[in-house]
Amino acid sequence: MTTETTSPLVVPAPVDADLAVRVRGLRRHYGETKAVDGVDLDIVRGEVLALLGPNGAGKTTTTEILEGYRKRDAGDVDVLGVDPAHGDGRWRSRLGIVLQSASDLGDLTVEESVAHFAGYFPSPRDVGEVIESVGLAEKRSTRGFDLSGGQRRRLDVALGIIGGPELLFLDEPTTGFDPEARREFWELIRGLRGTGTTILLTTHYLDEAEVLADRVGVISRGRLIACDVPSRLGGRDESLATVTWREADEQRTQVTHEPTRFVQELAGRFDGEVPALAVHRPSLEDVYLSLIGDDEEPTS
Amino acid sequence: MTTATTARPSAAPSPSSLSLGLRRVRIELKTFFRDRNSAVWNFLLPVLLLVIFGSVFGNQDIGPGITFAQYFVAGMIASGVLYTSFQNLAIAIPMERDDGTLKRLQGTPMPKLSYFVGKIGLVFVAYIAQVTILIVVGVLFYKLHLPSDPAKWFTFLWASVLGLVSCTLLGIAFSVVPKNGKGASAVVSPIVLVLQFTSGVFFVFSQLPHWMQVFASFFPLKWLTQAMRSVFLPDSAASLEVAGSWELPACAAVLAAWCVGGLVLSLMFFRWNKRGQD
Repeated sequence: MTTETTSPLVVPAPVDADLAVRVRGLRRHYGETKAVDGVDLDIVRGEVLALLGPNGAGKTTTTEILEGYRKRDAGDVDVLGVDPAHGDGRWRSRLGIVLQSASDLGDLTVEESVAHFAGYFPSPRDVGEVIESVGLAEKRSTRGFDLSGGQRRRLDVALGIIGGPELLFLDEPTTGFDPEARREFWELIRGLRGTGTTILLTTHYLDEAEVLADRVGVISRGRLIACDVPSRLGGRDESLATVTWREADEQRTQVTHEPTRFVQELAGRFDGEVPALAVHRPSLEDVYLSLIGDDEEPTS
Repeated sequence: MTTATTARPSAAPSPSSLSLGLRRVRIELKTFFRDRNSAVWNFLLPVLLLVIFGSVFGNQDIGPGITFAQYFVAGMIASGVLYTSFQNLAIAIPMERDDGTLKRLQGTPMPKLSYFVGKIGLVFVAYIAQVTILIVVGVLFYKLHLPSDPAKWFTFLWASVLGLVSCTLLGIAFSVVPKNGKGASAVVSPIVLVLQFTSGVFFVFSQLPHWMQVFASFFPLKWLTQAMRSVFLPDSAASLEVAGSWELPACAAVLAAWCVGGLVLSLMFFRWNKRGQD
């Protein structure tokens, strides 16, 4: 019952991979609502896995079951070798959790908050170094209420990584960021990945997933409908390419399986430069929207 | 893909519930005293009430040589227990459930007990600060007599501790009742007010209608107020009580029973998550 529903677009992790997270047949129902309806998911140690999906698709419920916040109705879940339903403090000290939204800690300064949370962990990272790494060094004495939205989110990340986690959960970390802040944040995540931290990232931003993730999973209606490296998600690399160019003052378009051969032909025809030549593969967003769109059709 | 971070020594000892609880006390106090709303609510309001009631009714004698102001100060000290424990927690915890405090803490290795140790520490410190202010104002302006008999101070001590413990536990249990943090004070404050009116804080208890006295005797505040009167009023004032005496054993028994009841209720009903999020 765990495999029959698995989509062919879900490319499993290598059999011998060292897994940080292993989920099989995960289900969670709220009354009639099947929030999670048979999710299978592997996260390999050291990778960044991005979970995409519309609101209400089951991303947050799935993530919060892995984090030990929510109960499950069925399925096997293994997070760092432990069932989250029975996770103890020792297990929690190996996790870092950055939740979707929080407005707590407003009366404390950045440094007070980070130092306080450091005290919960058996071997925390250096407080000053963590504050520095999230770019809040100049705000260390600023109270939470006086931080901007982006700075608050950095504080959330600082509190998520202060324990030196093996596995970091980031739930929509850059919502509300301006483009520059987002790019700086990406650098921060890349740095963490560079130190070997496994990261589960949920996001609405496809560019973010494409830039940061080793693999991307798409959740729709409580199921994982696709999972692969960003460049191959949903057969993206094998899908039709669109070649456009200008000929006789007209925009021309050709959809083809063999864009290279077609461009060569074009080059022959024009004897050199092809005017306004462009070759398009579907973007991650195109693939994502078509995956979600296909899944909207009634299946039963 | 294996890493430096996973190779950290695994035998590092986890900090204990108590030492983390003491860290929580520090954080709770910082947060509490920096938050202007809670400071106003918890410290200025009782003093304001004391000044208003003391000025209006203060000089009315309610018995031989006993003014209403003296009676009222004892009631406000008992109310201080209710404010700093029950009212404080029953409002603050729903707000912390809403603003993500509880969820963030749950996601850390912090033992859950430490959170409650922090709250209890906050309640005790806030109470000591409040009762000090009330006693100073009472002595300076309203002829409050500090007892010289150590037995009375002992009564003050056990009444305060039993009252704080029972009302802290009840506040923790009651924190599940308000639907959200914003509406919490609208739910909690009227309850506190009704208890004050019926328990002999704003009116002389023995002059209340019988049904009101019966109603109040089910709850801790009536007994706490009575015990505080035994501390701060002269012994002759015992004749003003319904029973003609302070009934201290009954006060202690009811408050102790509410400690047990509060513990059972909070174990049964306290929740970390918002409704529908578990």
